[in-house]
Amino acid sequence: MTAGALAAALAGIPYARFLGVEAVADTDDTAIMRSSQHLIGNPMLPALHGGSVAGFMELTAIATLMAASTRPHPPRPIDVSVAYLRSGRPVDTFARAQVRKSGRRIAYVHVLAWQDDEAAPIAEMSVHFQLAEELTASD
Amino acid sequence: MSPQLRAILEQLVSTPPHPAALGFRLGSVDDAGVTLALPWREDLVGDPETGVLAGGVVSSLLDHACGLAVWSALDAFQPIATLDMRIDYLRAAEPGKEVLARAAVFHLTRSIAFVRGVAHDGDPEDPVAAVQAAFMLNSDAGRRAGANLKDAQP
Repeated sequence: MTAGALAAALAGIPYARFLGVEAVADTDDTAIMRSSQHLIGNPMLPALHGGSVAGFMELTAIATLMAASTRPHPPRPIDVSVAYLRSGRPVDTFARAQVRKSGRRIAYVHVLAWQDDEAAPIAEMSVHFQLAEELTASD
Repeated sequence: MSPQLRAILEQLVSTPPHPAALGFRLGSVDDAGVTLALPWREDLVGDPETGVLAGGVVSSLLDHACGLAVWSALDAFQPIATLDMRIDYLRAAEPGKEVLARAAVFHLTRSIAFVRGVAHDGDPEDPVAAVQAAFMLNSDAGRRAGANLKDAQP
């Protein structure tokens, strides 16, 4: 993975800009979703919306695969499974994706999201992707 | 279904900041479930080359539709939290088209609601996504308003 590849992949996705998702500056594998009012689902606690967190984790998985790939199109999610472990507080949230298996057509990725303490994640996601065909010399 | 339910659900679509920012609109509410609409918007796209909405946007829509289905089944508001959610992305939603999510509770215990739903872009028989989720009921028990602010970043 080249330096800045995660940042570049995220920068090209309109929905990442909507959520406020970027790569953490001094890493090339960690994404940040900056605390913002428009991510809140429960205004009483207040707590992040489950959809904000799920969307952030899915973006992290997509951008991580794109950053490591030369394929011409982004991967398409087939299915996602997300477990919510803790209430998402109104602070910055971080996520890192681990590509558990990347084959010719399918990739399986696991994502962790946390806030202050990486050892106490707020959510985990498992997601399968369909990968675009690799460009070949004849293309 | 109480006469106030629809008004309560309208509030729960327009008041929380995230659903409001995504532009969700409440559709039908009846014994068969709740419908929630998401108008297509360019800033919610996942792949600028195709204009297809990001999967995460559809996740948010389905999550919120499932939550509304829980409040509808309870016939009242109470704090709930998503425990887990599984989404199958069956096909890409057509660019420019509104996406509609329809969800219903299929089993309710004292503490957990089990919910299923689909999202489609016009034809419910040709869905773009399917969801199954479990929600914890009364999830704020013992936590006061503002509980999550205690150690928030300055």
